[in-house]
Amino acid sequence: MNSIQKNRLKDQLFKFWGIGCTLIGLVLLVIFIGGILIDGLSRIDWAFITDLPSRKAEKSGIWTPLMGSVWVLILTAIISFPISVAAGVYLEEYAKKNRLSALLEINISNLAGVPSIIYGLLGLEVFVRIMDLGASVLAGALTLSLLILPIIIVATREAIKAVPSSIRDASYALGASKWQTIWNQVLPASSGGILTGVILALSRAVGETAPLIVIGALAYVPFAPQGPLDQFSVLPIQIFNWISRPQQGFIDNAAAAIIILLLITFIMNGIAVYFRNKWQKKLQ
Amino acid sequence: MRKIREFVIEKSLLSSALVTIAVTVGIILVLAIEAFSFFKEVSIFDFFTDTEWTPLFTKKHYGILPLLSGTLLTTFIAISVALPIGLSISIYLSEYAPRSFRKTIKPLLELLAAVPSVVYGFFALVVVTPYLQQFIPNLSGFNSLSAGIVMGIMIIPFVSSLSEDALFAVPKALREASYGMGATRLQTAFKVVVPAASSGIIVSIILAISRAIGETMIVAIAAGQQPRLTLDPTVPVETITAYIVQVSLGDVQHGSLEYRTIFAAGITLFVFTFLLNTLSFRIRKKYRQKYE
Repeated sequence: MNSIQKNRLKDQLFKFWGIGCTLIGLVLLVIFIGGILIDGLSRIDWAFITDLPSRKAEKSGIWTPLMGSVWVLILTAIISFPISVAAGVYLEEYAKKNRLSALLEINISNLAGVPSIIYGLLGLEVFVRIMDLGASVLAGALTLSLLILPIIIVATREAIKAVPSSIRDASYALGASKWQTIWNQVLPASSGGILTGVILALSRAVGETAPLIVIGALAYVPFAPQGPLDQFSVLPIQIFNWISRPQQGFIDNAAAAIIILLLITFIMNGIAVYFRNKWQKKLQ
Repeated sequence: MRKIREFVIEKSLLSSALVTIAVTVGIILVLAIEAFSFFKEVSIFDFFTDTEWTPLFTKKHYGILPLLSGTLLTTFIAISVALPIGLSISIYLSEYAPRSFRKTIKPLLELLAAVPSVVYGFFALVVVTPYLQQFIPNLSGFNSLSAGIVMGIMIIPFVSSLSEDALFAVPKALREASYGMGATRLQTAFKVVVPAASSGIIVSIILAISRAIGETMIVAIAAGQQPRLTLDPTVPVETITAYIVQVSLGDVQHGSLEYRTIFAAGITLFVFTFLLNTLSFRIRKKYRQKYE
C-alpha cells in the first residue's frame, strides 16, 4: 500500500469514526429513554398524576410537584419576559459603543456561565431571607427568572439583529419615532425569534433542580400551592427525592415522573423549534 | 411631548439592562459577605491546606481540598469523554457530512443538553454504575467515574456546537488551497482547518470545563456525599456543588457556621467559573476581530 492509499484509508476511517461519535450520544439517549419507559410507563396512570404524595411508593402521585412546576413556570415567565426583552431591545437598538455597553455585554456573557447553584445562594439570601418571602413559589420564580435572564437577552438580541434595516428605514421615512419603529415594526418582525428564546429558556427552568433545593423548596409538600407565597415542590426535586430512596417502588416512581418531565421538556423544545422555523421562513 | 416619552422609554429600557449588573453585584456581595463572616471563624490558611472537610461532624475540619479534588476529578472525567467525541463530531459535521445530514443532526445533538440534569443523574446511578460494576467489581455504588462519564455525554453538544461554528467560519480558500496540494479531507482538517479555528475550539473547551465544574445534580445523585482527597474514580467523593445541595437538604440554622460554609464553598466555585468565563470571553473577542 503506498502512502496515497494509506492517506485515503485514514480519511475513510475518520469518516466512520465521525459518524460513530455523532450517533453515540443519541444512541445512548435512546437506550436510556427506552429503559426509563420500560421502568416507568406501567406506573403512569391518571391516579399517578392526580394523587398527593405518600409514604407508600405505590400510592404516591405527582400532583403537588406538578402543580408546583406549573406555578413556578408561569410566574417565572411573567417576571423574566418583560425585563429580559427590554434589556435586549436596549442593548441592540439604543446602546452606544461606550464603556457601559461593553460592561453590560461582558457581564451578560459572564452571567450565562455562572453555575445555577450560585443563583440558588443569591435567591436564598436576597429573596428568602432579606425580602422574607420564605421558601415560596415567588422566591423560586424570582431565582429562576434571574437564572434565565441572560438566555432570553441573548435570544432577543439575535432576533432583533435578524430584522432587515430596510424595515426600520421605511418606518423612519414615514416619520415614526425610534420607539414607534421598535414597537410597531422591529418587535413584531422579531417576535418569532424572541418567542423561541423564551420557550427554550423556560424549558431549561422547568428542569432546574439545584437552585430550588438551595432556596429551600421541599421534597414533601402535602398540598398543591394556592398562591405565590405558598410552599412548593417541583417535579425535578420530587424525582431527586425518589431516586435517593432505596426501595425499588420509588425508583419506578422516579422513572415515571422522569417520563412526565421529559415529555414537558421535549414538547416545549418542539414548540420552540416550530416557531423558529416558521419565523425564519417569514423573514426570508 | 414625544421627546419626553421617548426619553422615559429609553431610560426604562436601560434600567432593565442594568438589572443584569445588579444580579452580578448581588451575587458577589452575598457570597463575599457570608464568606467573610466564615473566614472570621476559620482561618483562610486552614481552608486551603486542611485535607479534611467535616463541618457537619462533631470533630470539625474546614479544608476545601477534598471538595475541590472531587470537583476536578469529575470534571476531568467528563472532559475526557466530551472532548474527543465533541471534537470528532464537529470535524465530521463541518468537513465531511452532507449539508442535509448536518441540518437534521444538529438540533438532535442539542437535545442532549436540553435533558434536565436530574434525569442524567438517574441514568448514572441506576444504569451506568450497575453496568460498569460488571467490569470493575470494586466499583462503589456512588463513584466519580459514572457521574463523570454521564456528565461528559451531557456536555458533548457544548463542545461540538461551538467548535463546529468555529471550524465552519474558516474561509473556504484555505481548504481549497490544501485540497489543491493533494491533501485528503483528514489532512486538511487537522493541518489547516483545526489550527485556523483553534481559538474558537479552545473557547468551547473552556466553556465545557466551566459547565462541568458547576454541574450539580448528576454528581449529587451519583458521585456520593463523602468528601475525600483522592484521585480514585471508583470511590464515593463529594463535589463543591454536591456539598451545597447536601447542606440545603438538611435543617441548618441561618447565621450558623454550617450555613456559612455553603457560601464559602460557593465563592470558591464562583471564582473558578468566573475566571474561566472571563478567559473565554477574552479569547472570543480577539478571535472575532481576526475574522471580521
